[in-house]
Amino acid sequence: MSLPAFDLAIVGAGPAGLAAAHEARNLGLSVVVIDEQDGPGGQIYRDVERVAMHRAHDLDVLGPDYKYGFGLVESLRASGVTHLAGYIVWQIESGGTVWCSDGSQAKRVDARRVLLATGAMERPVPVPGWTLPGVMTAGAAQILMKSAGMVPGGPIAICGSGPLLLLITDQLVRAGANIAVVAETTSFTDYLRAAPKLPKALLGIEYLQKGLAMRRRIKAAGVRMLSGISELRVLGDEKADGVSFKRGGRTHTVQASSVLLHQGVVPNTQATRQLRLQHLWHEEQHYWYPKTLDNGATELEAVYLAGDGCGIYGARAAEASGRLSALQIARSLDVIDDKNFTLKSAPWLSEQKHHRAVRPLLDALFPPPSDILNPPDDATIVCRCEEVTAGSIRKAVALGAQGPNQLKAFLRAGMGPCQGRMCGLTVTEVMARASGKSPADIGAYRIRPPLKPLTLAELADMDPADMDAE
Amino acid sequence: MLKRRHSDAAVVRISIDGEQVEARAGESVAAAVLAHTEGATRTTPLSDAPRAPYCMMGVCFECLMEIDGVANRQACMIRVADGMSVKRQQGARSVEGRE
Ligand code: FES
Repeated sequence: MSLPAFDLAIVGAGPAGLAAAHEARNLGLSVVVIDEQDGPGGQIYRDVERVAMHRAHDLDVLGPDYKYGFGLVESLRASGVTHLAGYIVWQIESGGTVWCSDGSQAKRVDARRVLLATGAMERPVPVPGWTLPGVMTAGAAQILMKSAGMVPGGPIAICGSGPLLLLITDQLVRAGANIAVVAETTSFTDYLRAAPKLPKALLGIEYLQKGLAMRRRIKAAGVRMLSGISELRVLGDEKADGVSFKRGGRTHTVQASSVLLHQGVVPNTQATRQLRLQHLWHEEQHYWYPKTLDNGATELEAVYLAGDGCGIYGARAAEASGRLSALQIARSLDVIDDKNFTLKSAPWLSEQKHHRAVRPLLDALFPPPSDILNPPDDATIVCRCEEVTAGSIRKAVALGAQGPNQLKAFLRAGMGPCQGRMCGLTVTEVMARASGKSPADIGAYRIRPPLKPLTLAELADMDPADMDAE
Repeated sequence: MLKRRHSDAAVVRISIDGEQVEARAGESVAAAVLAHTEGATRTTPLSDAPRAPYCMMGVCFECLMEIDGVANRQACMIRVADGMSVKRQQGARSVEGRE
């Protein structure tokens, strides 16, 4: 059945999308939320309803910040939005049409405004051995705790840096996981460099207190923690059986059957790239983010953005930004006037400011290390799908490849099933360093529809009414 | 290999490469497979290198498996269902289907 046209289509049911949906419904807009998962929550509050129902003990393992998402999810349930759950979005048009599919039938959704709340993904961590079975991202381990109540069998090596690394370690400790080592790339110089950012971060002091408490709990549990590590490698042949790294001039080897990698999260820019929005380069955190105007508006009249997809600030800031985008959209549709907008947005602006305050400190404290951004070992795989190595990218640059899009013709990098999601940032960085240009000059892969693969059968089964242009 | 903690979600029966395995409702196929076996869930089309799910959130496409006869499905994005048949993918696909 084809759907009626909506005032607002929201892509993504994480904190930004949920909050925007709630706010927009309160203002009387008709709203559809389209999301890949079959339950609301995004990655951060993933499966929170299911955990509450079937694994209440895991709410304690995952902690109060996860449980908080339950309220947000329930507010969506009560709000009367149309929720297309389990729908993959494969194309977004600049005028407000979203094409999606539930795996059996493609669908067209028309809306006067589209809000992309597509969130973040973990930064790729291209170290030698990162493609071996037994290696996954720390976020993947957290998703397994949330969605399946599973923990990796030990011993586990947790390697990298960032606030999320600490949170996931803390959760794994509570879940009784067998952790062999937490090896952090953050070093003493990072602390020194971050120190001047401390005073401004005090507005978000609860984040700092939480971080310190996590570190204390992990140490108290007897977990071995090492900081300032470099030259990380995953060891193993057919599967991971350990890690090695350098620290203080010495090489350490730790045996492990699970290796969890993490170097922070970056905006998932696949959809905003496909829309050809302008993207900017974050110098400190080395990621792309789409340029936004006031409260998530973009240069496209019908397209708005919210949440970590426009820059990493965390779940609570994403929630505030979702509400602000919804208000901005309501104003653009003349549902509320300027005075009402100012009144309603004020509390969310201060909420957003509060939750963003800690970020400059965290960005300075957890910089992605240079050997993760630009793998020094020529044999390290960068593009996992097409098995393209760092060395071959450097060679292509020497042969004249100008940027990521030309590299596709040289090496097929970025042309596998993940469509450049896993290698895009590394390809930009490696090419920039090899050619002496800035990442902003080198640019990024052009992203074309479909955003995710779909079958011809899904297209063929489409409702004929969906295919007519308006 | 993953360890399953206590859950009172319903038991679901699936087959992995022909072997009957118990899983729990709500789990992704990728989770159920990793709770059952260690090592590769597919090998790559280019070099037959062993791979396994990496991101669990639909971005890396390392979890591609054959599910109910359809190849190249993202096992981390699909929940288990009773009677489901899951197969590892080996190398490149031949024209007729899987080799
Ligand atoms: S594990 Fe990454 S897409 Fe499924």
